[in-house]
Amino acid sequence: MIILYSILILCVVALILGLSIGITAKYFLVEQDPQVEKILSLLPGANCGGCGFAGCSDFAKSLSEGKAEVEGCPVASAEVRKLIAQVLGKSVSDYIRKVAVVLCGGSNNFARKISEYNGIADCRSANIIAGGGKACRYGCLGFASCARVCPVNAIEICDGLAVVHSDICIGCGKCVKACPRNLIKLVPETITVHVFCSSKDKGVDKKKLCDVPCIGCRKCVKVAGEDEMLVDGFLVRTNYEKGPAADLPLRAGCPTNCLGNSFPYSYKKLSKGLIEEKVA
Amino acid sequence: MNYSHDNHLYFYGGVHPDDSKKLSACEPIKDAPLLEKYTVIVGQNIGAPPKVIVKKGDIVKKGQKIAEASAFVSANLHSPTSGTVSAITEIIGVFGAIVPAIEITSDGKDEACESTKIEPSKASPEELLAKIADAGLVGMGGAAFPTVVKLSPPKAKKIDTLIINGAECEPYLTADYRLMLESPDKVLRGVAIFAKILGVNRIIIGVEANKPDAIENLRKSHLLNEYGIEVKSLRVRYPQGAEKQLIYALTGRKVPSGGLPMDVACVVQNIGTSFAAYEAVYEGKTLYERVTTITGSRVVKPGNWRLRIGTPISKAIELCGGIKGDVAKIVAGGPMMGLAQISLDTTIMKSSSGILLLGNEEIIQYRNQPCIRCGNCVDVCPMELLPGPLSVYIENERFDLAEKEFVMDCMECGSCAYVCPSKRPLVQHFKRAKAEIIAKRKSQQLSQKAK
Repeated sequence: MIILYSILILCVVALILGLSIGITAKYFLVEQDPQVEKILSLLPGANCGGCGFAGCSDFAKSLSEGKAEVEGCPVASAEVRKLIAQVLGKSVSDYIRKVAVVLCGGSNNFARKISEYNGIADCRSANIIAGGGKACRYGCLGFASCARVCPVNAIEICDGLAVVHSDICIGCGKCVKACPRNLIKLVPETITVHVFCSSKDKGVDKKKLCDVPCIGCRKCVKVAGEDEMLVDGFLVRTNYEKGPAADLPLRAGCPTNCLGNSFPYSYKKLSKGLIEEKVA
Repeated sequence: MNYSHDNHLYFYGGVHPDDSKKLSACEPIKDAPLLEKYTVIVGQNIGAPPKVIVKKGDIVKKGQKIAEASAFVSANLHSPTSGTVSAITEIIGVFGAIVPAIEITSDGKDEACESTKIEPSKASPEELLAKIADAGLVGMGGAAFPTVVKLSPPKAKKIDTLIINGAECEPYLTADYRLMLESPDKVLRGVAIFAKILGVNRIIIGVEANKPDAIENLRKSHLLNEYGIEVKSLRVRYPQGAEKQLIYALTGRKVPSGGLPMDVACVVQNIGTSFAAYEAVYEGKTLYERVTTITGSRVVKPGNWRLRIGTPISKAIELCGGIKGDVAKIVAGGPMMGLAQISLDTTIMKSSSGILLLGNEEIIQYRNQPCIRCGNCVDVCPMELLPGPLSVYIENERFDLAEKEFVMDCMECGSCAYVCPSKRPLVQHFKRAKAEIIAKRKSQQLSQKAK
């Protein structure tokens, strides 16, 4: 008898609950834009915030409302962009993925130290107090503030120098904001020639502080042409709008090894044979 | 009511480190010999850096103005000797950043430029104030806040008490102590100038009880009755010389959070500044030299020297016979609030109260272990903040929470870091938080202006 009652009661409860679910589903239905869902399923879903919106779903909503551009997502690959553009019924321009690069080559091995820094291991704190232990006032502090904010762990600290692995980097730009010395730049993936120095000092002074500075000798400028390498005071910079050919470091013969492909000289020396150079 | 301990006045919190003043306390102030070259850092005061008014090749006289105050909170700068301006360069400053500087090569004659003296009993307060502004006086205790700004409070704030800070609570430093001992009358006359400008009747000089001879020396002076100055003895406790703590100990008034001494009708001046005011008014001398203590266990012969502004630290150390043993840290200022230096080319500034050469046994090697919530820092914080929890907020970059917990009231006295058993670099955390919060406020102001 007891068993019968309990089965009966459970059946009644199930019926009431089932009915209420059915009614709620019918009357409280929220109209979802199928387009938003489709876009959201295409987006990377890393919620990195690189687009400037509050995560991927917010970006998808803005896209379908026409408030954002497909190019806004720094992470999505060219194919994904095309697919999203198809959903929106738009066309996308040719897209080149951007990656971050740390424009400093002064690892502990190559940059002189002038003091023993004994404070907080954080770049911003070190920069505010006295600028860490390295002599160069422009160089990488190496306390990994950028690596800590990277959502995909693409930044490695190697012998006191931050190095970006461009194959992992999604180009969200968080590290750019985290660096107190503004050493990190977002550059097109196709350009792999970088000048790994950001010091604005004179060449002679730089050479006293670091073994791998850009001394502004312009050897690379002569080989590549003034369009492709820009001279900025005592510093040469790659023109990232019209980059030089990837084999420039081989041809230019940089006297300080500060011109390099993808990775700074100091990093290559440490991890000999472990990394492949992107020389076309 | 204020605290009192064995008839010495004091405040809440604080620490009592070994003061090590015996190293240089008995050394009379000596004049430094003339150098070939001085490098005067341009931005020496809090506020706007002055505008350089000389160019390369100009011939200057001793005491001549070489940079002019560019804003209300700014101070003039003067040449330390006669000679030529050999370069407008950049050097590594006390804070470790590269700062603009004026290099002056001496001609060896050390000719003073023309100056006017004022008889303060006949001059009006405005004239005296103008003279002090002209001489480029700043607070010489270490903060380098332009004196003229302190002496001209807004009309709405009535000032009734002038407090002179003779505490010199930082260990090792003896520059103010020597001034009180060697020329008490000049100091007192300088104090009287401040009092006349402010129009106050109540003048208190607070001196820490570890300088009994200085207190006695000041009390003996016949000028004390003439100007109506009180000399009070303070309990030996760091940071007794901090503005807010000094006001509390001497008057029982509490400066509100984020407020200034003028909010409780007080103005605080330093002994060194009073002496400089005397020189500016009675002798017409601009501020181009100051008394600095060069001391520490690694100095051959510690002493108190009258150094020109712009003297490189390396030359100052040479005056004291050089270095003995290995130096672990070179500090500009006192050991508690001073800044470790990365370069010996840094020069003496108006705020350089001392240069310390410390050995390994005298410094803390920070280890930055986790906060164990022992509460030692809360007991000693003279501003009654919670340094431990604050540092945890800042470690996790929650500057909003830190701001809510009054991190902006922190004066970076270092008492918390001194007692921390985990050896956490607390002051560095607070310095960073303050810098970040100030930057945030500035950007908010800018965006509001744009709207």
